[in-house]
Amino acid sequence: MQTLYLLVPLAPLVGALTAGLFGRYIGREWSHRVTISLVLVSLLASLVIFFDVLDGNVFNGSVYTWLVSGDTRFEVGFLIDQLSATMMVVVSFVSLMVHIYTIGYMHDDAGYQRFFSYISLFTFSMMMLVMSNNFLQLFFGWEAVGLVSYLLIGFWYTRPTAIYANMKAFLVNRVGDFGFLLGIALVLMYFGTLDYVSVFEQAPTKVDETIAVFPGIPWLLVTVICILLFIGAMGKSAQFPLHVWLPDSMEGPTPISALIHAATMVTAGIFMVARMSPLFELSETALSVILIIGGITTLFMALVAVVQNDIKRVVAYSTLSQLGYMTVALGASAYSAAIFHLMTHAFFKAVLFLGAGSVIIAMHHEQNMQKMGGLRRYMPITYGTMFIAALASAGVPGFSGFFSKDAIIEAVHYANVPGVGFAYFCVLTTVFVTALYTFRLIFMTFHGTTRMDEHTKDHLHESPWVVTLPLVILALPTIAAGWFIGPIVFGDYFNQVIHVSPQHNAIEKLGAEFTGIVGMMIHALSTAPFWLSVAGIFTAWYLYCVRTDIPEKIKLRLGFLYNLLDRKYYIDELYSWLFAGGTRTLGTALWKFGDMKIIDGFLVNGTARAVAFSATLVRRYQTGYIYHYAFTMIVGIFIILTFWLY
Amino acid sequence: MSFEFPLLSLVIWLPIVFGIVVFATGNDRNANLARVISLAGAILGFIVAIPLYGNFDSASGIMQFVENHAWFERFNVNYHLGIDGISMPLILLNCFITPLVIVAGWEVIKERVSQYMGAFLLMSGIVNGVFASLDAILFYVFWEASLIPMFLIIGIWGGPNRVYAAIKFFLYTLLGSLLMLIAFIYLYQTSGGSFSIADYHQLAIPLTPQILIFVAFLLAFAVKVPMWPVHTWLPDAHVEAPTGGSVVLAAILLKLGGYGFLRFSLPIAPDASHYLADMMIVLSLIAVVYIGLIALMQADMKKLIAYSSVAHMGFVTLGFFLFNAIGIEGAMVQMISHGFISGAMFLCVGVLYDRLHSRQIADYGGVVNKMPAFAAFFMLFAMANAGLPGTSGFVGEFMVIMGSMQINFWYAFLAATTLIFGAAYTLWMYKRVIFGAVASPAVEQLSDVSKREFAILAILAVSVLWMGLYPYPVTEVMHATIDQLLAHVSNSKL
Repeated sequence: MQTLYLLVPLAPLVGALTAGLFGRYIGREWSHRVTISLVLVSLLASLVIFFDVLDGNVFNGSVYTWLVSGDTRFEVGFLIDQLSATMMVVVSFVSLMVHIYTIGYMHDDAGYQRFFSYISLFTFSMMMLVMSNNFLQLFFGWEAVGLVSYLLIGFWYTRPTAIYANMKAFLVNRVGDFGFLLGIALVLMYFGTLDYVSVFEQAPTKVDETIAVFPGIPWLLVTVICILLFIGAMGKSAQFPLHVWLPDSMEGPTPISALIHAATMVTAGIFMVARMSPLFELSETALSVILIIGGITTLFMALVAVVQNDIKRVVAYSTLSQLGYMTVALGASAYSAAIFHLMTHAFFKAVLFLGAGSVIIAMHHEQNMQKMGGLRRYMPITYGTMFIAALASAGVPGFSGFFSKDAIIEAVHYANVPGVGFAYFCVLTTVFVTALYTFRLIFMTFHGTTRMDEHTKDHLHESPWVVTLPLVILALPTIAAGWFIGPIVFGDYFNQVIHVSPQHNAIEKLGAEFTGIVGMMIHALSTAPFWLSVAGIFTAWYLYCVRTDIPEKIKLRLGFLYNLLDRKYYIDELYSWLFAGGTRTLGTALWKFGDMKIIDGFLVNGTARAVAFSATLVRRYQTGYIYHYAFTMIVGIFIILTFWLY
Repeated sequence: MSFEFPLLSLVIWLPIVFGIVVFATGNDRNANLARVISLAGAILGFIVAIPLYGNFDSASGIMQFVENHAWFERFNVNYHLGIDGISMPLILLNCFITPLVIVAGWEVIKERVSQYMGAFLLMSGIVNGVFASLDAILFYVFWEASLIPMFLIIGIWGGPNRVYAAIKFFLYTLLGSLLMLIAFIYLYQTSGGSFSIADYHQLAIPLTPQILIFVAFLLAFAVKVPMWPVHTWLPDAHVEAPTGGSVVLAAILLKLGGYGFLRFSLPIAPDASHYLADMMIVLSLIAVVYIGLIALMQADMKKLIAYSSVAHMGFVTLGFFLFNAIGIEGAMVQMISHGFISGAMFLCVGVLYDRLHSRQIADYGGVVNKMPAFAAFFMLFAMANAGLPGTSGFVGEFMVIMGSMQINFWYAFLAATTLIFGAAYTLWMYKRVIFGAVASPAVEQLSDVSKREFAILAILAVSVLWMGLYPYPVTEVMHATIDQLLAHVSNSKL
């Protein structure tokens, strides 16, 4: 079994190296054959491991010793349990689908082999992240997926927007990683190890320990650690205020928007917090912060999605908002619900993105929904699968998204950490907004009049099977994944992995009421989320199918609000002025003034000038005339004699 | 050690002898002969250094491969050599870099080839001498001698402003080392007539003279490292130096300063080291933050990498003065890793410079379209420079940040800003140089790396990755020595 564990990350790595280093020699066909079959190997191994874990065989062990320093050993190792096994299956499954889809999507691209190399490398990195049994390897995977994300956003490196977006993504993530690394350093300092299990075992003994980050102000150690770690999660999972990189990441090819910037990588932060539940449960403050940050992200990013016209950007903002849901769930101690939503979201969001990609191919790389419309007649499979995903996203009972989202909303309802009222308001309101923007996308793209030019219209057709097959396969769990909510969220599936302290028992209370998925659906009919969702879909239908003139009127009437949303609350402008501009001004000032004026100009060259100046002075006395020297000697003798005699 | 063969002498003198032979090939009619002899000498120099690692006993912290002969008996000066876990990895790094530098200058240097190649071989031997000396005077001789080849390399094969840069480099470093000589003379007096460094380690010295000794050493070493605010010679020297000169300067010469702190400052003046530790840490952190910001604004690639070197070396001095094992070991790892990465970065700029004869970022853009293999290498080294886990650049920084957290939260906070600044200046440069559409007709003409360049970059790439994925062997050899050093430093000498 341990060989199998190694196979899961290493198979895609071999694929990445093969396609990356030898892609030129083995050609396009063999590049995708090799990488796809190796990701398939990874998926099969993950499935075997998953069922093995279901039988109760968990594993925690080291592969090799990375470093020994002082008394601390840093290992590379695996922790295989319910949480990592679930993630492994989700990651390798979505990755395989995206690999297959890529054959169609990147068909005409010159960087075909490179693309396959990158996505396989991503699969490797993500596996290292989720399978890790310690903070160090977690950080390795964490930054490695960041690297691949950087490479893939900038995949079309001749586009100025793409190479700006990838640098932005990397740097914003680095801000998160900055906090994350400090959190890890604190863990190492106070726990003496970076191994998860030993840290979690010691955690309860450190509850009352304090740390004075600012002298004289003791803070709870666990709170400081958790908030620092969560800053890392905010970067990777794009939570406000570090969310700015994700919408821009849409500059990358669509398959990676689906794989990395929706289904897997961006959920790493959620996974990490769930993994660290024994730590986070000890800090009420940290949970509260998570709840509020998640609430803000959920609502405010969803609102932005409503005004976007770029089909990928709508889905990107939807991703931000859905990540907000997961974050809120973490803050409400509903870790299992967060992971469950992570899973269902991975499926329905992958369909939405890959479907959007399919539309984009058909539209000859036009992404503006205002130039689409009526596509359902030309692309029935894409339309059907996307419609299913939209239902899931809007939380219509029966579809996967309904179960996970409903569980989160109810859990927040029952939670009791400070800030929960605000978070509840956010997640509830967002149900309406989600239904609105999702179906706005569906109606603008697939319904109504065709608004594209004649040439595009003549060439409209359904995408090839390599594109539609992954859509269809992913549509199945988009419908059905939610049906497993009983055992996964309310059952004991995560009992050994996720630790919930007794006072944060929202999920337990929910579980007591849970009577099965049918009961949950029937119950939902009498609750607010269901009707909000229906209202959202109806509004979208009315505005974008019936009275298509109204949105323009609203835009004119509420110009200020529209601009605020359209400009994404002006956060990008603020950051580029404050951080990018500020740093550059400071850098220039330090360079021109500090280094060139003071150190080099005054101290270094000043010293040289002082030497030269005194030398010219002293030189004047070396006149070379005998009588000058004789005169000086006589004066000198007089002075010496005077001292000597008196 | 039962190893009687004078291996260290061989490691020092073999490159020097080869260097002299190369000089003897004379003018450029024999350029090819000079190249071949130099390469043979450099590779042999590396091969003879391998047993230093193979036969090294990492369980022991004492000096190994010791050679001790009288030199000037009247002053008790000895030809005393030996290495421990601190000097051994640095000698290997030096012997490893030398062949790469020779190959890097292979076709690029067309004038005075024999002198150029010979200077690098001399340099290699002299630097080995610095790391292996256990006698203060012997150390001092090698230390000062190392200035001469570099002075010539910058002054002869350098860029337009080479004379200013060479003299600035020479005077800056010479001024620092003269104070070190005074410290040696003082120590000679107080120790009752010994120049043995080991004797100095055991010498009891009151606090005030300790502080004076520390400051004298500090000036010598701080200039070499270089620490803020005595760093301004480095950007000038790098900008004017030929590629090989920059590589040796960054990869090897800066390490002399770091080595000096471990061999002299900490063990000879432990109380002063503790007393002044906060100041040293603050200076190091200024290097990390202040220099990181300055690097961001550079328009010249070499200057940018030079400033980034200063920031990365800030981690070295920061690690030393944390006085914990992970900090000092991290600093050592950082020195070796910086040898690979900064060397590789300067080689990458050299590859571009050889083609376009410009170091200005603005003259490039879209290089990846014409040089994909080069872009891939440069990406790896840029990421290593930004401290990406999995590359050697991460290991040292990670360890030092872990170590500084144990002293003070804010030390770790400021040190960790390198995660942001390091990525910002490196990736911003990479974006402007490599990515984008082909920016000019000159870029359109670029050809990808030659086999020679590919070989050098590939060797460095493997080193960077190997040390990032499996740093265990590197730290393993230095444990015993550093434990012993820490134990020694924690005992007061007052």
